[in-house]
Amino acid sequence: MKKVGKEQVNWPLTIVLILGLITVAFPLYMTIVIAFKQPSEMTNSVAGILSLPRSFSLANFKEAMEVTDFWRSLGNSILITVITVVLSVLIHSMLGYAIGRNSADSKFYKFIYLYIVSGMFVPFAILMMPLVKQTAEMGLGNMAGVIILYIVFYMPMNVLLYSGYLKNIPIALEEAACIDGATTWTTYWKIIFPIMKPMHATVAVLTALGTWNDVMTPLVIMSGTGKNTLPLAQLNFQTQFGTNYNLAFASYLLALIPILIFYIICQKQILNGVVNGAVK
Amino acid sequence: MKKSIFSGKRNRTFLLMTIPIVALFFCFNTLPLIKGFIYSFTNFRGYGDYDWVGLRNYMDLFTDGRVGKSYLFTFKLAVVATILTNVVSLLLAMGLNSKIKFKSALRGAYFIPNVLGALVVGYIFNYFFTYILPAFGQMIGSGALGSSMLSNTKLAWVAIVIVCAWQSIAMNTIIYISGLQTVPEDVYEAGSIDGASGWNKFKELTFPLILPFFSINMVLCGKNFLMVFDQIMALTKGGPAQSTESISYLIYNNGMSGGQFGFQSANAVIFFIVIVVISVAQMTVTGKKEEQL
Repeated sequence: MKKVGKEQVNWPLTIVLILGLITVAFPLYMTIVIAFKQPSEMTNSVAGILSLPRSFSLANFKEAMEVTDFWRSLGNSILITVITVVLSVLIHSMLGYAIGRNSADSKFYKFIYLYIVSGMFVPFAILMMPLVKQTAEMGLGNMAGVIILYIVFYMPMNVLLYSGYLKNIPIALEEAACIDGATTWTTYWKIIFPIMKPMHATVAVLTALGTWNDVMTPLVIMSGTGKNTLPLAQLNFQTQFGTNYNLAFASYLLALIPILIFYIICQKQILNGVVNGAVK
Repeated sequence: MKKSIFSGKRNRTFLLMTIPIVALFFCFNTLPLIKGFIYSFTNFRGYGDYDWVGLRNYMDLFTDGRVGKSYLFTFKLAVVATILTNVVSLLLAMGLNSKIKFKSALRGAYFIPNVLGALVVGYIFNYFFTYILPAFGQMIGSGALGSSMLSNTKLAWVAIVIVCAWQSIAMNTIIYISGLQTVPEDVYEAGSIDGASGWNKFKELTFPLILPFFSINMVLCGKNFLMVFDQIMALTKGGPAQSTESISYLIYNNGMSGGQFGFQSANAVIFFIVIVVISVAQMTVTGKKEEQL
């Protein structure tokens, strides 16, 4: 039996786990050193590829920004992600509220709930081809269309999360507000919406990570517009990098940096959000 | 009783909240689903005229070698990557949940692969498999590693498994950690009095208690790996010799630009049914196991 009191730190395990981090760090290290090197510094040996660059010049990054139209792609990615997250929080929480408060004693809302949540099983592959035609016909073969599609795709998961969360919020608050003469609409915005803040964080994190890194939706929907998101730019400019891997890696690193910074700043919220979303 | 406080106006507000949103969902989810189903009975190429062909697309699917190959590849990838991911994640989670130093920093660092975009990660690994690993293989004089895995029809899928697992392990580990945190300390104390230790302790105590988290991870992995696309796009584009074409990639590639809109719609319908059947089966199996406890 272990002794009562402060237990000993398991140092061997700590060291093993730190060494294990090489699997995470190595691809990132590789990306950084290659991104800073000049093609002439690259030799075919392991040492040649992985040694530190002779100088940390930003020339590759400057060129990569020009080739991939970095700032505009970044702007598009931010625009799409921010609008999707904001609208998802507003729209999905509203539907989650209506369903959460009514599905217990209304067959109609119970049906709506099952209908929306079953959308989780629909793979994008089956919707892809009809959606390309449909969005083009509706004039939505652009960023607006991509945002609408994200709102629809994330609806099943987010509505499930919101309506589940509402079960823990007592209805008494709404009753009190109703007696004071507040309408359902004001009750929702003034009382329920602020109470659901922890769930907003979870929904925002999950939706943001999903949309930021998604390639397939903008690839098929926005292909005619000549506009790119950050990941899509990597795909579309792949041929322009040619065999200049240093340029390509500078571009990859640029594409990874925004999300890495975001992760470092909001690490706690992201980890909580991901766990909450998966476990509920 | 409860209802009496609220007026009929409340119900109207709820309907006003619900109907436009559900209509949006219908328009961009259910409607394309129905359209896809209808296209699957035509010989539509994505443009121009088309005729009804009845069930011919579906008959052809079962005799089409390329489609069969893509299903085999996708399932092989999903099964192997799911097992690999879950074994490694569970070990890692148990390590990260024990009495170690720098606990939260380590947990944070191990999660990094999950926030990175799969396509860019794929490109980085593409270079690793094409240049670094062969260079390393030549250095240690290994013939098998001496050439690129990605251009080898027998090994390319292994590379894809590694890249898929690299990202998913981060996610599954975090979920297993939150599962291990729900196991109360006194369960272990009671267990060690009964003489449980090592593997037995894990099998009899830990694993049953974190079974719900195991099933979450299985469902997450299964779904993600069956729909694999970005990694294929970045690593092999389906090659070499179509040995790594996933179902999603084949539908995208041949349906969008290969003039097989109708035929690939039928493929997508079958794929949809497969996903539903697997999801339902997974939920019933894990649901039953949890009941037994």
